[in-house]
Amino acid sequence: MANHLFLPIVSLMVGASLTVLFARQRWLARGIVVGSVLFHLIYSLRLLWVVAAHGRQVSQAGGWLAPFGITFVADGATAIMLAVASLLTLMTVLYSFASLDEGYERYFYYPLILLLLLGVSGAFMTGDLFNLYVWFEVLLLASFGLITLGGTRAQLEGGLKYVVLNLMGSIAFLIGCGLVYGVVGTLNMAHIAERMQTIQQPGIMTAIACIFLFAFGSKAAILPLFFWLPTSYHTPPVAVTAIFSGLLTKVGAYSLYRVFGTVMQNELIHLAPWILTIAWLTMLVGVFGAMAQMNVRRILSFHIVSQIGYSVMGLGLASSLGLAAGLLFTAHVMIVKTALFFIGGAAEQIYGTGDIKKMGGLARREPALAMFWFLGIISLAGLPPMSGFFGKLALLQAGVTQGAWLVTGVATLTGILTLFSMLKIWNEVFWKKSYADVSKLPRVSPGLLLPGALLVIVSLALGLGASVLVDYTTVAGMQLFDQAGYIQSVCGLDGCEAVFQAAIR
Amino acid sequence: MYESVILRTVARVMMPLLLLLSVFMLLRGHNLPGGGFIGGLLASAAIIMQIIAFGPTFARKVIRVGYLNMAAFGVFFGAIWGLPALFFNLPYMDAFWINDPIPGIGKIGTPVLFDLGVFFTVVGVTTRVALLLAEEPELFPMYVQAETEE
Amino acid sequence: MSILLPIAIGSLFAGAVYLLLRRSVVKLFLGLTLLSHGVNLLIFSMGDGLRRGVPPITAADGTTLPGTTDPLVQALILTAIVISFGILAFILALAYRANQAVKSDDLDDMVTTDRL
Repeated sequence: MANHLFLPIVSLMVGASLTVLFARQRWLARGIVVGSVLFHLIYSLRLLWVVAAHGRQVSQAGGWLAPFGITFVADGATAIMLAVASLLTLMTVLYSFASLDEGYERYFYYPLILLLLLGVSGAFMTGDLFNLYVWFEVLLLASFGLITLGGTRAQLEGGLKYVVLNLMGSIAFLIGCGLVYGVVGTLNMAHIAERMQTIQQPGIMTAIACIFLFAFGSKAAILPLFFWLPTSYHTPPVAVTAIFSGLLTKVGAYSLYRVFGTVMQNELIHLAPWILTIAWLTMLVGVFGAMAQMNVRRILSFHIVSQIGYSVMGLGLASSLGLAAGLLFTAHVMIVKTALFFIGGAAEQIYGTGDIKKMGGLARREPALAMFWFLGIISLAGLPPMSGFFGKLALLQAGVTQGAWLVTGVATLTGILTLFSMLKIWNEVFWKKSYADVSKLPRVSPGLLLPGALLVIVSLALGLGASVLVDYTTVAGMQLFDQAGYIQSVCGLDGCEAVFQAAIR
Repeated sequence: MYESVILRTVARVMMPLLLLLSVFMLLRGHNLPGGGFIGGLLASAAIIMQIIAFGPTFARKVIRVGYLNMAAFGVFFGAIWGLPALFFNLPYMDAFWINDPIPGIGKIGTPVLFDLGVFFTVVGVTTRVALLLAEEPELFPMYVQAETEE
Repeated sequence: MSILLPIAIGSLFAGAVYLLLRRSVVKLFLGLTLLSHGVNLLIFSMGDGLRRGVPPITAADGTTLPGTTDPLVQALILTAIVISFGILAFILALAYRANQAVKSDDLDDMVTTDRL
């Protein structure tokens, strides 16, 4: 038993409530936010080590045994995602100090950020399907607040679409939960996995799996369900867009991994060809959408969709190798994408617009910003020595090993197109001559540069120390795909059904 | 605000009764129907009745509580009572009870205190939402008029 | 009872889909409300002895107590109701603010963020 698993959740809840109470004392509130996110970060880094040393960590809230109580499980995938999520949140908080005005801080910006991380952490750690729904709602409500905070017309319009389409996804998730309970008679993930092996009607489980694919897919923004993303992501302040790009869609991808990779493996094998088709279509449509755009944040928003295609590809390969590669890629893209939003947002702040045709000449004016942007796009496009190279390499290797030629080919092509579309921003914003007098532009403040730069350095470090990361994600992918091991860690060696039968006799 | 003698009299009489009932519900909640959520809804119903009968300005004047702060305190208070279990290497939210029931209140343990946190959160959030809606000038013009008359 | 429930769920879903396809924001909101009620009923129909039969409440000798229903679905619905109450309240406030900003109830007037 690892009873400490609830500590990061509690620290975020306490931090969020205290920042509401002390919203007027600006520096105290900032201190509390940094303190609780820092605690979360240190905890997750330690969890990375604990999971590597001792395997899966399980805790049952209130001491209620597994198929009945609320279970928290942490394996390698959880630990990686938690660490990356808290790192991104910390950087976002630092970026917000420099970029947001006092009105945001007074109107509960920091509590919402903490609640967002709370929902995300809960969704990563929970071992119960209905709890996953509840954590999703926690993070969605926080994101609803964040995306409309400020109340401009564009935010309200984009927010309405974001809220309604995400609510549709949530409702589908709820339908799926209800149907699973009706068919299998349990909502604990390990217990579902166990009972699904002996189920009489396999067809109905496939139908339910499709509902889950819709539900998580609409959160993760896969192909036919991504339309809410590019219409809403460029409306809130940059810090909010950056944290959304880092966390929200990736929680959807992680839930796909958890529910299909661990719990519904039979259905994953049924649906794998479809998932792969969705994957390459998502990659292509996302990157083509990005090429048509002329606004920094809109380009990056479409790239989020494109990158989700890679994460889904890792799932569609339906093997521990594919899941490991997908995890590696997802962790990398969370970091780099957020970094690019930070840097692009800093450039936007200098010019007062995000239209790349009206920008220019920043390479001469802000060489540091330009350098980190360049390293970031190299990483996103997947060139060595950045982390993106190893993320894509692992995915392509897994694809070739399993003979999924079409999706592998499209993934390679998408990498090139990504580089093309990123170089467009490079040329327009940083390289070309500025129409305005560059020397009169305001300088970028260190507070805006530093978070993005740090994240790019993290990406570089992950690329240079790739062997450690690849080893870790390989183990994590095996843990994720190891259904029997998951059941045994959660419910004990005899499995959940034995505990269940013993309890009701 | 509705200028109704019946409503105002009833609201005045019902307020303490509803608050008492809410506390009763809160305390019996561990083993019987009730609990922090239901108790909180009852208490906030009492306050919302005041808002309907006398207007939001009056309600704010009489009950001087920051409802949002109350909700935040509730979350804080509810979250920390799961922590003592961790010191004894038990899972989060494992319950501790005192052995002898206190007369009139009943058995007290960490779940009751957690329920108290839920109670504060529900009262704070529900009342805050009602107040915000009631103070929206375009939705309820009569409230704004009444304020300017004073 | 068991035939009424599917009919009720079906009509709630049908009404919800019809309202969701309208252009008015208010009808969109009403459609989402109906949809969440339909889902709650759907979850309700999943327990209650219709299928699983055995609630996890048993007498001391292991037999099922007469007159008990499945409590888990009710707990799930309670949670879902509270959550959807919060979210629908948020959407109502958002629709109201959007209406103030756009001065229209028509979703086709809210295209600022869709333009390329």
